Amino acid sequence: MSDLHSESVAFVRDTMLTPQSPPASQAGAIKWLRENLFSGPMNTILTILGVGIVVYLVNLGLPWFLHSVWNANSLAECRSAITATWGPDAHGACWAMIRERWSQFMFGFYPNVFYWRPILALLLLFVALAPILFAEFSNRLTIAGGVVAALVVWLAASYGEWLPVGILAVVAAIAGLLAVQGTKWPHNLIWFPIVYAGIAFWLLWGGSIFTPIAALAGIVVGWLAFRILAPIAGNIVAVTAAVVAPVLWWYFGSEPVIDLLSRALPRVEPFWLPPVDSDQFGGFVLAFVIGLTGIAFSLPMGIVLALGRRSDMLLVKALCVGFIEFIRGVPLITLLFTASLLLNYFLPPGTNFDIILRVIIMVTLFSAAYIAEVIRGGLAALPRGQYEAADALGLDYWKAQRLIIMPQALKISIPGIVSSFIGLFKDTTLVVFVALLDPLKGITDAVRASIEWKGIYWEPYIFVGAIFFLVCFSMSRYSMYLENRLKREHR
Amino acid sequence: MATFADTPKANFRLGMLIYDTRYRSVTIQIVVLFLFMAGAAWLLNNLFTNLAERGKDLSFSFLWYRAGYDINQTLIPYTNDDTHFRAMLVGLVNTLLVAFLGCVAATIIGVVVGVLRLSSNWLVARLMTIYVEIFRNVPVLLWILVTFAIFTEVTPQPRDFKVTDQMIAEGQEPAASMLLFDSVAITNRGTFIPKIVYSRSLGEIHLGFLPISIDTLLVLASIVFGVLVFRAIGNNATKVQEATGVRPVTWWKRLLALFGPLLIVLVALGFSLQRPTLGGFNFTGGVLVLNSFMALWIGLTLYTAAFIAEIVRAGILAISKGQTEAAYALGLRPGRTMNLVILPQALRVIIPPLISQYLNLTKNSSLAIAVSYMDLRGTLGGITLNQTGRELECMLLMMLIYLVLSLLISSGMNVYNNAVRLKER
Repeated sequence: MSDLHSESVAFVRDTMLTPQSPPASQAGAIKWLRENLFSGPMNTILTILGVGIVVYLVNLGLPWFLHSVWNANSLAECRSAITATWGPDAHGACWAMIRERWSQFMFGFYPNVFYWRPILALLLLFVALAPILFAEFSNRLTIAGGVVAALVVWLAASYGEWLPVGILAVVAAIAGLLAVQGTKWPHNLIWFPIVYAGIAFWLLWGGSIFTPIAALAGIVVGWLAFRILAPIAGNIVAVTAAVVAPVLWWYFGSEPVIDLLSRALPRVEPFWLPPVDSDQFGGFVLAFVIGLTGIAFSLPMGIVLALGRRSDMLLVKALCVGFIEFIRGVPLITLLFTASLLLNYFLPPGTNFDIILRVIIMVTLFSAAYIAEVIRGGLAALPRGQYEAADALGLDYWKAQRLIIMPQALKISIPGIVSSFIGLFKDTTLVVFVALLDPLKGITDAVRASIEWKGIYWEPYIFVGAIFFLVCFSMSRYSMYLENRLKREHR
Repeated sequence: MATFADTPKANFRLGMLIYDTRYRSVTIQIVVLFLFMAGAAWLLNNLFTNLAERGKDLSFSFLWYRAGYDINQTLIPYTNDDTHFRAMLVGLVNTLLVAFLGCVAATIIGVVVGVLRLSSNWLVARLMTIYVEIFRNVPVLLWILVTFAIFTEVTPQPRDFKVTDQMIAEGQEPAASMLLFDSVAITNRGTFIPKIVYSRSLGEIHLGFLPISIDTLLVLASIVFGVLVFRAIGNNATKVQEATGVRPVTWWKRLLALFGPLLIVLVALGFSLQRPTLGGFNFTGGVLVLNSFMALWIGLTLYTAAFIAEIVRAGILAISKGQTEAAYALGLRPGRTMNLVILPQALRVIIPPLISQYLNLTKNSSLAIAVSYMDLRGTLGGITLNQTGRELECMLLMMLIYLVLSLLISSGMNVYNNAVRLKER
């Protein structure tokens, strides 16, 4: 049958036809446009509206940006330059203000000659953060390091003689330590952040170097007490001692020692920096000091509060719930006012401590309550089996929390924790209401109060807003990176 | 047969207070209680010492003294002869006004943006992403200040609205014109909006110190009545549908029920809108909305709307695609799928974070201080505090009020949350 059939077919094609290109409406840009912008009447209307908004905004803003002036000493000069170049009706941005007031936006009224101190603190911050933020040495980190190094060279050229000396000293010290400990950078630097707290305090506020050293010595004292007592008297006594010993040291031991050492050594630069008052702080130095300290302290405090709130002990739970709900129920401004107006009522007569410290305490408490709620959510999301498994292994409460519960709960709550951090950093602008010079309103008003820059509105807001955006946006991107890195399922 | 006996109590040793888990929690709680009491006693002792040293006492009687300052936005009658307590109430009402309007506007904008961010339209989705990211990552104070600067620096002066005969003769346009059929004028002195006037007004009743307009009460009652009838007709239609399988046509009845009573009441009261008109150098008639209020309201709204948009988007994304597909397989149209399947499930995810955004907005309204809007912080925590020098009492009272406000909002929203919650067996 088949033979017969094959003879009856006159022609059998043995090659494929070359495929035709799809119709114009089904390929390339046109297809993309049809699918993404004009897929139906509703979408078409939305697209036209969107284009209208974009055109309106560009029309409004672009000429203003294009007519920018970068070199001038006052707003009037700016305006005359714009009129001279672009005609009498033109408007333009006057970024010259930022050039001229850059240091005020960054440092507030910090003395000029000491600008190298906050800069050095900021650079060391990157070194301190690296071991916390990045677990392994990657290409990106090298690039970041390169950027920081370039920044160092540039800043060293601009600001004073002590900056390069300080940086060289730090680089040499870190290189030496790495050489001793092996090259597993950045993991081996995990102790540096604690030391950094002391260094940064000393650099920013000045005074004797022995003040931060004595404060850090307290931590060493506590650690030693724990290590010595733990094998002899058991964990509970050791922990109690580790808490009590530093307090005793800070309260009684540290001051005579500081006095003795500072008297023994001359008041010269490596041992003693000229002190800077808190009311000279301002601008982004202030925002970063408050924001970073708040972030550093609010996380551990939030964890403790969250654990307290989930505790079986009625009293502990009640105290934690009361604290968290109270803090979350009132605006931050009222807490800041409490710090500036009322705190003196609640402290022994005659006590008067630093306004920045008070603000930091309040911001930390505020943020800790929010973080506690985020972490409580993470703890509640853990399956009960995890707790039961930890109990079945015979782990005690703290070991179970440290090894099993917290790593998982914190991983779940990363997005919430980071958005609390972002909120905290944004809230640092509120310190202007207790008469501190925050970059947004404090410094901007100060700039606008001068004769040269009276009436300048948009440029300072855009500049400060852009910096806040940069910091907060990178924080949220980092949280996404961290979530990705810690993801253990679906690999 | 082995039996288990309790550990004999007679063998109690002091060390068991720490090492025995049965007693340890009691020990810890006693220690915590002791520390807490000691701390509280220390603070209170300091407080009384300090108060005595400054010759002050703890008394709220200043609330009944004459306030003596003016407030530029008063929703309840107030003159500077009234008491500090009344000034505080005026401030509280101002706080509530901006918080309420802010929550409503932020919810509307947030839901629209959140849905549009998921739209298949490339351009619109990108625009909404840019909006959300920009507004979320910049302090809310900046948005309030920028809006205030726009309202005070960019908007025209009232005299720019003036149209003279000469200008008409020359065919010139005035420098600025009013919006919405000549009823709203945005000027650098404030925004003028139409005022509601009832020509056959029924007067007011005085509820203690608070005068309430009977007209407004009637209008509100007619709206509530309309909504109740509207829902009753809907429920009835559902019942008929369940019994017979056919849904009766009710849309015109429902429309009539919703707007009929309101229209009748408005006509009976002689409702009309009084437009602001330019007289001399400023507008007269209508209602003046302060620039500080507009700045605070718009700033808070746009900032919070960005967060709400993210919540709405997350809520919709949390519903698995299978739900939509199942609804389509059942033959539901997209609109009904959204209403009957997706939204009820998404609301469960959306409501709890939405509550905390409402709370945040209410608390952030205390930033009114940045634009000198006289809210609770401006009256009680501002001028009253400075005049009377009673920081402690003012701050305590203010915190208490904010705390109560937060608790009221969250409990009110929790009632709603329970209504939409998954009914588990």
